[in-house]
Amino acid sequence: MSTHRNIIYVPRRQVIRGLLATAAFAATTKLAGCSSGSETGTTDTAGDASGKPLTIGFVYVGAKDDYGWNQAHALGAQEIAKLPGVKLVEQASVPETKEVQEVMRSMIEQDGATVIFPTSFGYFNPHVVEMAKQYPDVQFFHCSTLWQDGMPTNIGNYYADTDEGQFIAGRVAAQSTKSGKLGFVAAKPVNPVIRNINGFIMGARSVKPDIKMQVIFTGDWNVPVKEAEATNSLADQGIDVIGVHVDSPKVVIETAEKRGILSSGYHADQSALAPKGYLTGTTYHWGQIYKEYVEQIKAGKKVADGGIVRIAQGSLKEGYIQMAPFGPAVSDATKKDAEATTGKFVDGSLVVYTGEIKDNTGKVRVPKGTTYKVSDPELDKVDWLANGVIGSVS
Amino acid sequence: MFSSTNWRKTAEAIAIPVGALLFSLVLFGLFCALCGKNPLAVYGLIYKSAFGNWRAFQGTLLRSAPLMLTALCTALPARLGLMIIGNEGALVMGGLASIIVGLTLSFGSVTPNAAQLQQVSGIPSFVVLAGMAIAGIIAGGVWIAIVGALRHYRAVNETISSLLMNYIAIAIMNQLVGGPIKDPGETIKASSFALPEVNRLANLPATRIHFGLLYGIIVCILAYILIQHTTFGFAARTAGGNVKAARIAGLPVGKLTIIICFLAGSCAGLAGMAEVAAVHGRVNESLVAGYGYTGILVAFVARYNPIACTLVAILLGGIISSGGALQRNLEMPDATVLVFQGLVFLVILYSDSLYGRFKIFKEPVITAPPPPSTSTTVPV
Repeated sequence: MSTHRNIIYVPRRQVIRGLLATAAFAATTKLAGCSSGSETGTTDTAGDASGKPLTIGFVYVGAKDDYGWNQAHALGAQEIAKLPGVKLVEQASVPETKEVQEVMRSMIEQDGATVIFPTSFGYFNPHVVEMAKQYPDVQFFHCSTLWQDGMPTNIGNYYADTDEGQFIAGRVAAQSTKSGKLGFVAAKPVNPVIRNINGFIMGARSVKPDIKMQVIFTGDWNVPVKEAEATNSLADQGIDVIGVHVDSPKVVIETAEKRGILSSGYHADQSALAPKGYLTGTTYHWGQIYKEYVEQIKAGKKVADGGIVRIAQGSLKEGYIQMAPFGPAVSDATKKDAEATTGKFVDGSLVVYTGEIKDNTGKVRVPKGTTYKVSDPELDKVDWLANGVIGSVS
Repeated sequence: MFSSTNWRKTAEAIAIPVGALLFSLVLFGLFCALCGKNPLAVYGLIYKSAFGNWRAFQGTLLRSAPLMLTALCTALPARLGLMIIGNEGALVMGGLASIIVGLTLSFGSVTPNAAQLQQVSGIPSFVVLAGMAIAGIIAGGVWIAIVGALRHYRAVNETISSLLMNYIAIAIMNQLVGGPIKDPGETIKASSFALPEVNRLANLPATRIHFGLLYGIIVCILAYILIQHTTFGFAARTAGGNVKAARIAGLPVGKLTIIICFLAGSCAGLAGMAEVAAVHGRVNESLVAGYGYTGILVAFVARYNPIACTLVAILLGGIISSGGALQRNLEMPDATVLVFQGLVFLVILYSDSLYGRFKIFKEPVITAPPPPSTSTTVPV
C-alpha cells in the first residue's frame, strides 16, 4: 500500500466528498449573498467647484444591487455623487468584522476620505466607535440611533422611521386583496421589523377592520431559500398580498409574482421584479439626508461641536422615506387614498400609534387617548404584534 | 514535507501547489480581461495593497490570523484521513464558551446587572484571557471530538456531520444571545454583554495586529511538530495511510481519531476566542464571518501541512485585503475576490490528481539485483 504519496495522503473519495460538501455550502451561503450582475462604475465623479473635493466613503454589508437595504443606500450615495465637489469611494460586501475597520482605515488613509458612511447596523459597535476614536478629525455618520454619551463625538446618527410608509402600504394592500387574507415574510422578531408588521396591519385594518395577516419569521436577514418557502406557503394558504421585511426582498417579490399574487416591497423599489403584482412599498430616500449632510459639511459644520445634529431622524414629512411607484394592480381610487393618507401624515393629522391599540392576544398596549409619534423613544420598546396578526414573536 | 529526506517528493509537494497557484492566476487574469481590466494592473494592485508596505502588510496579517487556526481544523484530521469542515461551528462554540468564561471572571455573572457592570473584578487581565482561551479550546475541541466519536463509534460520515454541526453551533449561539445571555441594551442585534476594555486581547506592540496572530503561528508550529516529529503524529499518519494496517499494527485508531479531532476543534475554538477577545468584545451573529470556510481553503492549498498553513493564510489574507482596492481603484465588482478564491480552490483541488504523474519527481528505478537462488515461493 505504501506509495510515494503517503506523506500527505488523503483518499481521493474523501477529497471529492469534501469538495462537494464545501462547494454546495459555499454556493448556498456566500454566493447567495452576492447576487449576480456586475456593478456600474460609479466613483470619481468629483467636481471641482471649490478646489479640493470632499471625499466621502460608503461601506455596504452586501451587494449594491440587492434590491434591498444596500441598494437603498447606494442609490442615496449616487445622488450626492452628482453634486459638484464631491468624490465618492464605495466598497460593498464588507463583513461586520475587523475587515470593516480596515476598509474605513484605507478609505481615510489611501483615498483621503473625511466623511464615512458605514451603512450596516452591525458596523457600529465596536467597529465605527473604534475608528472614530482613532480618527477624531474624520466624521462618521451611522444609520441607527445607537450613539450614547461617552462615545466619540465625531459620530452622528441618522435614521428613518418607516411606520407611516408601512401604514400606507397596508391600506393599499387591504384595498387590493380579493381573498381578504394578507401575509408577511419577516426576518427576525426585533423592534424595527415588529413595528413594520404592526404598521402594515394597522393600515390594513383602518380600511377593513376584520382583516387578518399571517406572519412568518425566517429567523435571519438573508436566507433566500426560507424566504421563498415562506412565500410559497403563504400563497398556498390562499393569501393574495404579501408584505416583506428582510435584507433583500428580491426573492419574496419574485416568488409572489411567480405565484400570481400581489406583493408590497420594502427598502428600495422592486417594481422591476414584479411588473404585474407589485403594489407599492416603503422605500428609503437616503439621498435626501445625504444631501443635507453634504451641504452642512461643505459649510464647515461638524457633528463633534454640535454644528450638525447628533441624530437626524425623519419620515414622510422630511422626505426620508417615500412610497415606491404604484404597480398596475393598484386602482385609481386606491392611489388617491394613498396620496391623501400621505398628506395626513405630512401635516400631522394622522399618527400611526394612536390608542387604543391592542396586541394580538387582546391586551391593550396603547391606551385610549395616547399617541406616539414615530420618533417617540417609547416605540423602540414595541415587542408585541398588533391585533390582526397571526403569529408570535417568541 | 520539510523533514523528508527525499528531495524529489519535497520538490513535488512544493512545485504542484505553486504551479496550480500560477495557473489560477492566469485564469483570474482571463476573468479580469473579460471584465475589461488589464490583468497586470490587477496583479500589481493586489500586490501593492496586500504586501506593498508595512501598513498594508499589517492589514494582510490581521486578516490571516484567524485563518491559520481555522485551517488547522481541517488540516489535522486530514492527516488521519478524515475530511472535517466543521471549522465555522467550532469557532462559534469557542467564541461562545470564551465569552461566558470571560464575563463570569470579569463581572461575576454572564448577565451582570447594572451594579455588577460598574465593578470589574480584580482578577488580572491575563488570567481572564487565559481562562477564555482554555474555554475556547475545550469547547471547540469537544465540538469536533463529537464528530470524531460519531465517525468512530457509529460510522457517521464526518464531512457531512461536521458541516451540519456548523448550523447547530450557529443556532445554539443565536438561541443563547437571544435569551439566556442576552444584553437587553442591544435592541437591534441580539448580543451577549461586552467584555470590559481591560480584559480585551491587546495588539502586538507598535502594530494594529492583535495577539491572535501570534497564537496562530505558535499553534501551527506546535501542530507541525506534533504531526511530523512525535510518535503520536506518526501513529496518526499511519492510520491515515491505511486504517486496516494501523489496526493490525495495534494502533488505537479510535483514540487517535477522537484526540486529533479534539485538537483540530480546539484550534478553531481558539480562533473564536481571539475574535471575541480582540475584535468584537462580545458574541453575536457577526462572529459567523466565514473564517471557518476560508480556513478549509487554506488547509487544502497548504496540503494539510501546518507550517504551509501559516504561509497560505497570509497569502489569502493578502488576497482578501486587496479586495477593497480592486473595488475602489479599479471599480471591479465586489465578488471579484470571491471569484479569485474560488478559482484558486478549484485549481488546487484538481491539481491533487497530478501527484505521481510527473516523471521528474519519481525516484529513478534502480534495477533490483537478481534474487538469491535459495529463496523460493512457498506454495499455500
